[in-house]
Amino acid sequence: MFYRTAGQFKTSYKADQALFPVRQDAILLMVILAFAWVVFPLTASEFTFQTLLIPVLIYALAAMGLNILTGFAGQLSLGTAAFMGVGAYACYKLITIFPWMNPIVAIMLSGIFSAGIGVAFGIPSLRIKGFYLAIATLAAQFFLVWLFEKWAWLYNYNASGAIQVPNIEMAGVWISGPQASSITQYYVVLAVVTIMTILCINLTRGTLGRTWKATRDMDIAAELIGINLMKSKLTAFAISSYIVGVSGALFVFMWRGAAEPNLFDIQLSFRVLFIAIIGGLGSIMGNYLGAILIVGLPVVLNIVPSALGIPISSATVEHLNIMIVGALIIFFLIIEPHGLNQLWRLIREKLTIWPFPH
Amino acid sequence: MYKYTIEPFQEMFAAPDFLLQVLWEGLVSGILYALIALGFVLIFRSSRIFNFAQGIMVVFAALTLVGLHAMGVPAWISVGLTLVVMLILAISIERVVLRPLVGQPDIILFMATIGITLFLIGFGEIIFGGENKVMITEELGIPTDSFVLEPWGGLLILEQKDITAVAVAALLVAGLLLFLNKTRMGRAIRALGDDHQAALSVGISLQTIWVLVWFIAGIIALVTGIAWGARAGVSFALEVIAYKALPVLMLGGLESITGAIIGGLMIGMLEKLFEIYWGQPFLGGNTETWFAFVLALIVLLFRPQGLFGERIIERV
Repeated sequence: MFYRTAGQFKTSYKADQALFPVRQDAILLMVILAFAWVVFPLTASEFTFQTLLIPVLIYALAAMGLNILTGFAGQLSLGTAAFMGVGAYACYKLITIFPWMNPIVAIMLSGIFSAGIGVAFGIPSLRIKGFYLAIATLAAQFFLVWLFEKWAWLYNYNASGAIQVPNIEMAGVWISGPQASSITQYYVVLAVVTIMTILCINLTRGTLGRTWKATRDMDIAAELIGINLMKSKLTAFAISSYIVGVSGALFVFMWRGAAEPNLFDIQLSFRVLFIAIIGGLGSIMGNYLGAILIVGLPVVLNIVPSALGIPISSATVEHLNIMIVGALIIFFLIIEPHGLNQLWRLIREKLTIWPFPH
Repeated sequence: MYKYTIEPFQEMFAAPDFLLQVLWEGLVSGILYALIALGFVLIFRSSRIFNFAQGIMVVFAALTLVGLHAMGVPAWISVGLTLVVMLILAISIERVVLRPLVGQPDIILFMATIGITLFLIGFGEIIFGGENKVMITEELGIPTDSFVLEPWGGLLILEQKDITAVAVAALLVAGLLLFLNKTRMGRAIRALGDDHQAALSVGISLQTIWVLVWFIAGIIALVTGIAWGARAGVSFALEVIAYKALPVLMLGGLESITGAIIGGLMIGMLEKLFEIYWGQPFLGGNTETWFAFVLALIVLLFRPQGLFGERIIERV
C-alpha cells in the first residue's frame, strides 16, 4: 500500500540503473538523513551522543571498510582493529608534527598510511586463500599492536604509553580534545561518514566493484576472463584499509579522546567483523543496521534490569551481555545467514505486493 | 650486523645448559599449542568448521573441573563429571548451532563458533566467576617437584608436572591416532573428512560423528586445561593461548594431525629462542605475541597449504 512500485515506469537504461530506482526508497533515505542531520542533534542528550550516535557511525564506517574487503572482494580479514590503530596513530603523529594542519585533512590523510600498510599485509593474499589468509591477517593484528606499544616515537615518548588527543580548533570551534562538545564531533563524524558512504556505494557499483565481486565469486574464473587478480585484490586491500584507517582516526579523535595500544586488540576486530556479518556481507546499508544492533544492544541490556527493578550487580550484567550477544549472533546467523540487509530486502519484497500476496 | 647474526649463536654455545632450558620450556608450551591445534584439526577435517571456540573450551573445561572440586567433589570424580559436561556441551552445540547451519558458507560457521566463544565466556564468568583459580594439581596426583640436572657443569631444571604433561600429551596423541586408524568410528571420521557426500551415502551419520568429534575436542581441551592450568592458574587469560594454535595450524596445514604436532613443537621452541636471544636484547621483548604468526606467514608464502596440508588443487 505504502510501498507500491506500480506506475513508476523506466523509459531509459539510465533510469533503470539509478541509485534509487524506487521512489519510496529515495524518500525513506531523505527521512533518515533528515533525522541524522537535524532531528537527532536537536534532541539527543550528551549520553546518547557518546554511547549511541557517534559510536554507531564510527563502527558502521569501520565495518564498511571491512565489508569492501570481505564482503565484496572475498578476502577474510581478522586484522581490522590494527588498521584502525594505524589510522589513529598516523593522525596523532600528523597533528603533533604539523600543529597547523586542518584536523579533518589530517584524519583523511591518516587513512593513506593505513592503506599503505594494508597493501603490504595484503600481498600474501595473492598466494594464500581462505582461512589461511584470515590467520595471516592476524599476523598484522598482533605485530602492529606490539609495535604501537614498543615504538615510543609513535606516542611521542609519553610516560603513559598512550596517545592523548589535543584540543584542536577549527574556524573558532573546538572540534577535538576535551574541550570539544559532542554535537560538533557528531557533525564532523556524520559528514565524513556520509561522504565515505556515497563513495563506497558508487565504487561498489562501478568497474572496480564488479571486478571485486568476480574475484570473490571465483578467482580463477575471474582471472580467465581477463581480470588482473593482483590489481583487484590489492585495490580492495588499499581502499578497505583506507576507510578502516579513517574510522580508526575518528574513533580516537572524535570519540574516545585517548588510546592505549590494547584498545586495538583482537576483540575490536571481532566486533567490527560481527557488524559486517550480521549486517550482511556485500552490502553497504547492512553495516549501519549491524552497527545499530551491536552498539545498541549492550546499552539496552544495561538499562533493562534497572528499569524493571531487578537487582543485579554490574559485573553480572556485563557477563550477561557477553552471553546474550553471543547467543544473538548465533540466532541471527541461523535465521538469516545473509544478514539484516537480506532481511530488509525480504520485507521490502513482501511490502511491494501487500495486501494482495498473489 | 655481526651483533644480530653471530653473537646470539655465540651466546647459545657459551651457555648450552641455558639453551637446553629454553628449548625445554619451548617444548612444553609447544606441546600445549599442538594439543589445541589438534582439537581444531579434528573438527576441521570432519566438518570444515574452523572452530574458534577450542580455546574457550580449554578454559571452560578447566573451570568446570576446579569449580566441581571446590564444591567438595573428589578430584577424579570431578574429572569424570567434567567429561560428562563436555559431552553435554558437544551435544548441545551440534543440536542448537551446527544442525541449523549445515551447508552454509564457511565464514558463517566460523562466526557461529565465535558466537559460541562469547556465550561460553559470559556463561563461565557468571557461574564460576572471573578471578584466577589454582588448578588442583596435587589432588590429581600430578607430582610437583622438579628434577635438577647438571649438564656440562651447568643447571637444568625440569619440573615434574611439565614432564607429566608431555607424557600425557604423547599418550593422548597415540590413543587418538589408534582410534582414528583402527576403530570403526575413527574410520568414519576420516571418511567424512575425505568426502562428505560419499560418506553420507554409505550410511555414516553426520550428527553422531559431529557430536563425537566435538566431544573428543572437549577431552583434548580438558587435558590441555589441566596441563596449562598447572603452570599458570585457571582464568580467562588462558584463552589467549588459543590464538597461538592458529599459526600452528597454518604452519602444519589445517587438515594434518602430524602437521599440528610438529608445527606446535616448532613454534613453541622457535618463539622461545627468538624471544630470549633476539627479542629481549634487541626488540624490547614480548615478541611471543606475534613471532609465531609472522613465521607462519613467511612459510605460507612458499607453501600456501602449510608444511603438511593437503595440496590445493584448483579447478574451474
